[in-house]
Amino acid sequence: MSTSPAVLSVRDLTVRFATRRGPVDAVRGVSFEVAAGRSLGIVGESGSGKSQTCFAIMGLLPGNARVGGSVRLDGEELVGVARGRLDVLRGSRMGIVFQDPMTALTPHRSVGSQLCEVVMRHAGVDRVEARRRALEIMERVRITDPERRFDMYPFELSGGMRQRIVIASALVLRPALLIADEPTTALDVTVQAEVLRTFRAVVEHTGTSLVLVTHDLGVVAGTCDEVAVMYAGRIVERADAATLFRAPAHPYTRALLDCRPRLDDAPAARLRSIEGQPPSPALDLPGCAFAPRCALAETRCRVERPALEPLGTGAGTRLAACHRPVPP
Amino acid sequence: MTEPLLDVRSLTVHFPVRGRGGAVLRAVDDVSFSVGAGETLGVVGESGCGKSTLARALLGLVPVTAGSIRFAGRDYARADERSLQPLRRAVRMVFQDPLASLNPRFTVRQCVREPLDVFEPGLAARERDRQAVAMLERVGLGTAFAERYPHELSGGQNQRVSIARALVAGPRLVICDEAVSALDVSIQAQILNLLADIQRDTGIALLFISHDLSVVRHVSRHLLVLYLGRTMERGVARSVFAHPRHPYTRSLIDAVPVPDPAIERARAAAPALVGELPSPLAPPSGCVFRTRCPRASQLCGITPPPLVPAGDGAFACHHPLEDVDR
Repeated sequence: MSTSPAVLSVRDLTVRFATRRGPVDAVRGVSFEVAAGRSLGIVGESGSGKSQTCFAIMGLLPGNARVGGSVRLDGEELVGVARGRLDVLRGSRMGIVFQDPMTALTPHRSVGSQLCEVVMRHAGVDRVEARRRALEIMERVRITDPERRFDMYPFELSGGMRQRIVIASALVLRPALLIADEPTTALDVTVQAEVLRTFRAVVEHTGTSLVLVTHDLGVVAGTCDEVAVMYAGRIVERADAATLFRAPAHPYTRALLDCRPRLDDAPAARLRSIEGQPPSPALDLPGCAFAPRCALAETRCRVERPALEPLGTGAGTRLAACHRPVPP
Repeated sequence: MTEPLLDVRSLTVHFPVRGRGGAVLRAVDDVSFSVGAGETLGVVGESGCGKSTLARALLGLVPVTAGSIRFAGRDYARADERSLQPLRRAVRMVFQDPLASLNPRFTVRQCVREPLDVFEPGLAARERDRQAVAMLERVGLGTAFAERYPHELSGGQNQRVSIARALVAGPRLVICDEAVSALDVSIQAQILNLLADIQRDTGIALLFISHDLSVVRHVSRHLLVLYLGRTMERGVARSVFAHPRHPYTRSLIDAVPVPDPAIERARAAAPALVGELPSPLAPPSGCVFRTRCPRASQLCGITPPPLVPAGDGAFACHHPLEDVDR
């Protein structure tokens, strides 16, 4: 959708786990691009493959996982690349933020020294320069009084402050891409708001691209330019955020938006729910994976898998994998 | 006017802190509210606000420092184990993580039957089984699930088992402590609808504790907003959400992400809540919220604001937001 060269380009990505009960396909052919300075939100429920997609990009899948397809970061292929090279890329070209800030930080060292270590190891600068860069990035992620916080230990900081330190350490080497997996799920709502503001500010001011993985459509609404919705290992809809939230084309996206109570809706007696459950990743249904739960499904949906194809033309173009998309 | 089902007055739960020279953690401080039969009270606040301690105090699981807990006309605040028995049957709880709250060695049928084993030992075993399976069907799990184990079920199915277990002995109040927070969005809606149906059919009261304001607004008739163990505001949920009087309530509402990019972008310009939650061991003087409050004045640091009645509710603030109803 954008003509500027992609920082991240994912093509036909597949992730298969070998388990005692046979192969499990967690990701079944996912493609997307993220341009410089742009942000993509990947949304889905548990088992949708969103986190495995994210881990595949980071090269952090466990040993029983087989990755297929292509992941290119600034043109460099990451699938099948040597482990040592990935260790260099993670941190320097790709910053990573996980859900739990406490486990991402070493408990017995001050947050400042942890930031400095990243800089000294990867950028080969001296202690003074490392400290300068660490303080600069702490300010960038809106940590007030960074000089004082520099010498504090993770346990002395609140959850929101810790997560901002993790974001700072992901950004301190000025990576082209920042990947965050459920970065606000463990935080209180007021703290979440502040951390999301930090992400927005970072993308705006540093030109870093962002991939944000979450189960919460509300979280991506204000943070991401583009949204991809995943279900059963595939992207079922991809569109710019404004289009997706205004007029979701895939019945699953529509249902996800409908079944969540909102603060600004008229309170209703009942919520619209999606009956049933997502299919087991061990199964491979011939048709659309959402068909068994879809109110609009017809015979074709159960036998023929819909491809992810453009819908409509001009502004508000989106991709949807559906035989019976919701009319705008 | 008849007495409400649950009437809590000035409930205070303080925990002594070891090694801090007599310091106390004021987990719940002078909190009052009531819940009528068939009604739902939502309790919201950030972590450390005292939501879960409040629930435990209601069940007699933590010692009450002061105040009263009247349930169905009896005060249980200082009851001993033995006299708590009727309360334990009439007030049941549904927790956030169903897998952690169900016995892994029990079949689903046994999990649901257990409260009957405790409270109705006189009933024939076959009758207890029958009631347990009937309750499983009521929560949408067919008899096919009865002989399976919790680990074989999904999170949503296990939460249905927890609900069946909570309901089987005929409670009058069910406390839901983050009961849908760990579930996927599509499953959340199923469980919330189930709770609404059950409440309609049985007339049970619900105390719905959650950090998720959208969900609380959907289910609650009344609302209680806590911060560091103190009541910030309470009232009819609909009016509190529409026109909060306490700045903290306003901040909480404003922090909830809305799935609409236009609204989110517009809100990005508004000031968010500043600072972090103070330590509950060293709460600020005066109003405990003042360190993060955009409206705080010198007065707020000196005098704790009293809880003043307003309409059907009350709030504790020296500089409340304007009353738009008048």
